Amino acid sequence: MKMNGGQALIKALEMQAVEVVFGLPGGAILPVYDPLIDSPIRHVLVRHEQGAGHMAEGYAHATGRPGVAMVTSGPAATNVVTPLCDAYMDSVPLVCITGQVPTAAIGTDAFQECDTVGITRSVTKHNELVTEASQIPLAIRQAFHLATTGRPGPVLVDIPKDIVDPANPRSAMEWYWPTDEEVAASLPGYRPQVEGDPALVAAAAELLCAAERPVLYIGGGILKARAAEALRALAEMTGIPVVTTLMARGAFPDDHPLCLGMPGMHGNYTAITAMQEADLLVALGSRFDDRVTGKLDGFAPDARIVHVDIDPAELHKVRRADVAIAGDCRIVIEALVAAVAAKGGSAAQADRSTWKQRISGWQERFPLTYEQLDPGEGHVKPQFVLERLRDLSPSDTIVASGVGQHQMWTSQFWRFNHPYTWVNSGGLGTMGFSIPAAIGAKAGRPDRTVWAVDGDGCFQMTAQELVTASAERIPIKVALLNNAYLGMVRQWQEMFYEERYSEVYLSPDLPDYVKWAEAMGCVAMRVESTDEVDAAIEKANAINDRPVVIEFRTDSREKVFPMVPAGKSNSDVMVDPTQAADLDRARGGR
Amino acid sequence: MARPVSYHTLVMLVENKPGVLARVAGLFARRGFNIHSLAVAPTENPALSRITVVADTESTPVDQMVKQVDKLINVVRIDELAPEDAVEQELLMATVRAGAGDRSQILELCQIFGARVLNTGSTEIMVRLAGSPGKLDDFEDLLRPFGIVAIQRTGTVALPRLERSAATPR
Repeated sequence: MKMNGGQALIKALEMQAVEVVFGLPGGAILPVYDPLIDSPIRHVLVRHEQGAGHMAEGYAHATGRPGVAMVTSGPAATNVVTPLCDAYMDSVPLVCITGQVPTAAIGTDAFQECDTVGITRSVTKHNELVTEASQIPLAIRQAFHLATTGRPGPVLVDIPKDIVDPANPRSAMEWYWPTDEEVAASLPGYRPQVEGDPALVAAAAELLCAAERPVLYIGGGILKARAAEALRALAEMTGIPVVTTLMARGAFPDDHPLCLGMPGMHGNYTAITAMQEADLLVALGSRFDDRVTGKLDGFAPDARIVHVDIDPAELHKVRRADVAIAGDCRIVIEALVAAVAAKGGSAAQADRSTWKQRISGWQERFPLTYEQLDPGEGHVKPQFVLERLRDLSPSDTIVASGVGQHQMWTSQFWRFNHPYTWVNSGGLGTMGFSIPAAIGAKAGRPDRTVWAVDGDGCFQMTAQELVTASAERIPIKVALLNNAYLGMVRQWQEMFYEERYSEVYLSPDLPDYVKWAEAMGCVAMRVESTDEVDAAIEKANAINDRPVVIEFRTDSREKVFPMVPAGKSNSDVMVDPTQAADLDRARGGR
Repeated sequence: MARPVSYHTLVMLVENKPGVLARVAGLFARRGFNIHSLAVAPTENPALSRITVVADTESTPVDQMVKQVDKLINVVRIDELAPEDAVEQELLMATVRAGAGDRSQILELCQIFGARVLNTGSTEIMVRLAGSPGKLDDFEDLLRPFGIVAIQRTGTVALPRLERSAATPR
């Protein structure tokens, strides 16, 4: 079948079962937007290309399918660099298509030309400049294959205008859809290892059964590998407690008796301390990130390490593992379950009654807490907003967050009982992530309630995408925690810079968030006292035909606890001030 | 020019495509791995090129370098050669000041090292030596007193040392 490169590109996306593309047209990509009119693929027209990238990420987080963003050349390509880097850090499957100036103009500093492949090389799993129309279907097949297999990640395909423009003879081509074998043969250097080495799996099973103080340390890889069920089987067979990192919230249900919640810089005391005191850490799809380990040479000093990851480069990168298994988490965990079962399963486990007692002791003594104000006194406590939002919304609500205090409170106070309900920017820490990511998640899961929890600093970075949400009828809900500050920076300046507040104040009412949200087509509410919180959330949850923004005026003095100060060991974790005296007594007595 | 004590040779087979060298070099740069020398050339298979990197492994464990490079999609294969497992060769070209009194001494040095004279001028001489990096270092040291006008070295290429059969006493 004869067609032009632009038609072939759209047809290739259809062949990949793409249901939605997030993008914004421009000069170099124009010829691809023309055949899009005749395609069943939905296009969501963003207001800034960064929004397209984060929407594609949100879509991927919520559905497990690769997100697709399409933008033009030059400034549009540079505007997607942040989401590409975000997706690279968090291993999010993404395919990004960028327009490029015509082949003959490349390298001449043409209008809207930039070296997209050069600029995005270090923030993509792979990228490619396609120079022949006939190569477009293969390039798209490769991109989806690379984005979704092995360690997932963003892949960029750069398409010069001449090979997609029907007015140019270079765009003429014969349609051809490469087979799986041809795709594999075209990538001779790409062979992800999915099966774990059986001898190593047996060694790991041995350590698991024998450990007296083990912890399963779960990372985002569990979600990428669709391994939540396998993980649950492993945890329940061995009875080993589970910590879920920021990227893994929801991979193991928070209401499960074995779940200890989130470890790390703002993790809860029990999760942090259980890892610290463990004699075995079983790291599954996690990468010993600095926000989890704290000061590395003081991290989990007595623990032996079993480390499972699809990316061999993560093994031994930060912490030397005693048993390091390269492989897909689902496949390796299933093998591990079989190996433990063969040794006797639950009956073969070491006696861990003392360990369990210590853990439940920490849970009772140092739960997450905050000091609630009396109604009418001062501003609303942000933690209270999160608790009410959690309790008044369906349990399978998808929550997206920005980056900062509100992100940590959301992770702490939400109860994640389903996988793929938590959408956030973990590795890169991209402020402004939540609104576009929530839109992408809602586009992929229109059946779900989707809340974006945002801060006032984040909101101002990407709020324009609420126009997209209104225009495209993607009814997300935004809980804007307005404390008039860059809250996490304020917390650090208060605690570590002698309360010298440098360039951190934003003002509570400039901009007027209610007017702004209304101007963007949203229903908007402002909540200034504790007793208004429930009614506003209930009203928002009842609205399903347009986006809703609730601005909560929150207490700017509130800080996120527990906290492991940067550069300190996890053993030096600071708890909520109301628990500090008790912790001092506990430490004195140990 | 002496090499650091801790170095390893990484031999990569890569797809012969535009930008592949930039991917490899960029990876070394952004991960903070140090390249001591680099050589790139086509192989017997026109679809593949060989990149030979001598990398400083003082600050980064070599297995981390190997695994990160192996993640590049266009890298088909990477082998790590410890110094004791590698046969390494490098090419040196130098133009040396060679007044009437020095010329015979330089030629004698060339003879000892097995270097060749490529070009002769009225006051200078151009020589070439191929050999192990250490041999080239020695040759360069001995040329220096005469006055090196220009020198170029190619960077090391290497292949694994061959296995000896059981019949050959080690």
